[in-house]
Amino acid sequence: MSLSAYLIVSAVLFCIGLAGVLLRRNALVMFMGIELMLNAANLALVTFSEAHAELDGQVAAVFTMVVAATEVVVGLAIIITIFRSKASLNVDDARRLRH
Amino acid sequence: MYTSMLLMESGSFTLLAGNCWVLIAFPLLVAALLLLVRMSDSWLYSVGVGGVGVSFGYAVVLFIMMLGEPEPITVQLYTWLSIGDAEVTVSLLIDQLSILFALLVAGIGTLVAIYSVGYLSDEPERRRFFGLLNLFIAAMLLLVLADNYVLLFVGWEAVGLVSYLLIGFWQEKEVAANAAKKAFVMNRVADLGLLSAIAVLLTQIGTVRFTAVAEQLGAVGGSWAGVVGFALLLAACAKSAQVPLQSWLLDAMESPTPASALIHSATMVAAGGYLILRSLPIYMLAPTARLAVLLIGVLTLFGGAWMAATGRDIKRVLACSTTSQLGYLMLAAGLGPVGAVFAVFQLLTHGVIKAGLFLAVGTLTRRVGRSDLQGLGGLVKVLPYTFVAFACGYLATIGVPFLSGFYAKGHIIATAWETIPAFGALAVVGVGLGAFYMTRLLLLTFTGTARWQEAPIGAETSTETGAENRQPLRGSVSMRFSLTVLSLLALGGGLALNGWLPGWLQPVFAAEVSRTGLLYFDWLNYVTLGLLFVVVVGTVIYYRKVTPIWFKAASTADEVALVRIGAAELYADDALQRGVVAPLSTVSARVSWTESEVLENGARHLWRVIGRTSILMRRLQSGNVRTYVLLFVAGTAVLVSAMLLWAWV
Repeated sequence: MSLSAYLIVSAVLFCIGLAGVLLRRNALVMFMGIELMLNAANLALVTFSEAHAELDGQVAAVFTMVVAATEVVVGLAIIITIFRSKASLNVDDARRLRH
Repeated sequence: MYTSMLLMESGSFTLLAGNCWVLIAFPLLVAALLLLVRMSDSWLYSVGVGGVGVSFGYAVVLFIMMLGEPEPITVQLYTWLSIGDAEVTVSLLIDQLSILFALLVAGIGTLVAIYSVGYLSDEPERRRFFGLLNLFIAAMLLLVLADNYVLLFVGWEAVGLVSYLLIGFWQEKEVAANAAKKAFVMNRVADLGLLSAIAVLLTQIGTVRFTAVAEQLGAVGGSWAGVVGFALLLAACAKSAQVPLQSWLLDAMESPTPASALIHSATMVAAGGYLILRSLPIYMLAPTARLAVLLIGVLTLFGGAWMAATGRDIKRVLACSTTSQLGYLMLAAGLGPVGAVFAVFQLLTHGVIKAGLFLAVGTLTRRVGRSDLQGLGGLVKVLPYTFVAFACGYLATIGVPFLSGFYAKGHIIATAWETIPAFGALAVVGVGLGAFYMTRLLLLTFTGTARWQEAPIGAETSTETGAENRQPLRGSVSMRFSLTVLSLLALGGGLALNGWLPGWLQPVFAAEVSRTGLLYFDWLNYVTLGLLFVVVVGTVIYYRKVTPIWFKAASTADEVALVRIGAAELYADDALQRGVVAPLSTVSARVSWTESEVLENGARHLWRVIGRTSILMRRLQSGNVRTYVLLFVAGTAVLVSAMLLWAWV
């Protein structure tokens, strides 16, 4: 398979994730969109790593996974807290952090 | 060096001289004890006098042993700084010159301390006084025993500090506090000179030791010697209150009279002269600087006499006379090695005489309660003992034959005449002026009608409540003792020093002095004595017949320009006010304006701009998460496209 095929898949995944974050209001779905974008980036990193025959990209991908895992921990905790106080997952309901 | 000295034969002298730091350490310890440690006042007098007394005893023993052993000794205590080749050590030099000064300082210090026991008997703060007195002795001994300019500078600063503290001893009086500040600031001028000299020495020759400086500076070249000479002269001028920097000494008369006697007449103000004498080899390399010393000396000699002749306060007149006498010292020091010997002569005799005069004035002001000449007079009947002491100092000062002043001034006049006749002639005129103002002072104070009432309070009181408790003092035993000793020294000191001093100082100045006989009358002496006689008789007749015009009204006297200028103390204060204080005030007003108007306003505008901008910017903080995400994505898109565009172009 050519390099560009992987990159196209990566770009498509990224755009889907971005659209999910931008267009949906459900916090959990937005969260999944973010995960999708992270993994799209991982795919691109691994692809370039393979293309250059170097391990740097794969190392970076592993790092991203670790960061994503910790982010899930923090992010889910926030989402649960919001749900508890608002009884809703709609991010537009949580607008109190303003000036 | 220290250890090798110890191994020499004459064990006891080297042991004593090697431990000469005790001279400084003991009064310092006593000062710390009195100023810092709480203890009962019952020991105050024995400790306060003892601290100085031990130093004096040590100095006397050293001096007596030195009579048989003329080799100077350097005691190196430790190395203070070592920068490259330059090395500054803490080391003391015991030679013929420094031991004489140590004797003078500790001797007069002891007598003044004894006097103060009586003088300050009802002063609540007397403990602080004795502490400062001991601190002063330690500092002054450090100054005269130092073997290099840096260590001398330490002592120089310390005596300036103690002088400041003692002038402001009655700090609740505004006059005293201001006088103290003035003296402190003027002493910074002296620091400027001394520090510049030290800087030149360190950069040019890398040594500051007295013994090494001269020859090495000669090797470097003449112009640097001149620079050092002028810098040291500036230092000496400010410290020794030479014209035109004399005004601080007159204001310094606010200090307690014993402190004036010790610091502002006998010892500290002579430090400038000592500096010049120590630096004589440098001045021998720099004729221009030496000429400047001569000129300053003559200028001060006349300026001081002028102020003294018109002064209206007995303490201030004595301070002017100190200035004038130190002018003689500078004049002599500028004449070269032979003159330097007589400069030391003048310094020693003047120190003793003036200390005695000041102590007599101290007794007088305690009795009468005032020190302005307008309110004195007729005191000879009330204070006969003080009158005799004052008269001894008077006779010695004006130069009656066989008394101290006669030898000191006679030698200086003769040396000046041989070197530069014009300066010799001026010095003779100076003797006439000195005779006039001293006679005037004596007559106005002790003779004529009494223009004062029996005052229930002392002249110098610390507080209002303290004033009421003070009793007029008829002279205690301790005060009389010091007065007697100083008067006898003033009478006989010159006679004792005359034949001996030139030979004693031979190793220091290498001067060939021919005139050492008891009587050396030549025509110059007859002229001087004739002038002296005429002036004294003339002054006596004048003050017998004429009431001094300024007693009638100040305005009448001020019509005479000579009196006006002298009474205004040569306008030194006005000159300083106009030349230094006013320009500096203008500059600082401008700086203050710049600070408040430009800088503060600028800062105010800046925060206003930032504040307004942030009010606008905070509208972006909507709290809507999806807006944030959109902005973030848009921003990233802009950045990425910019990067792509950059790579493409």
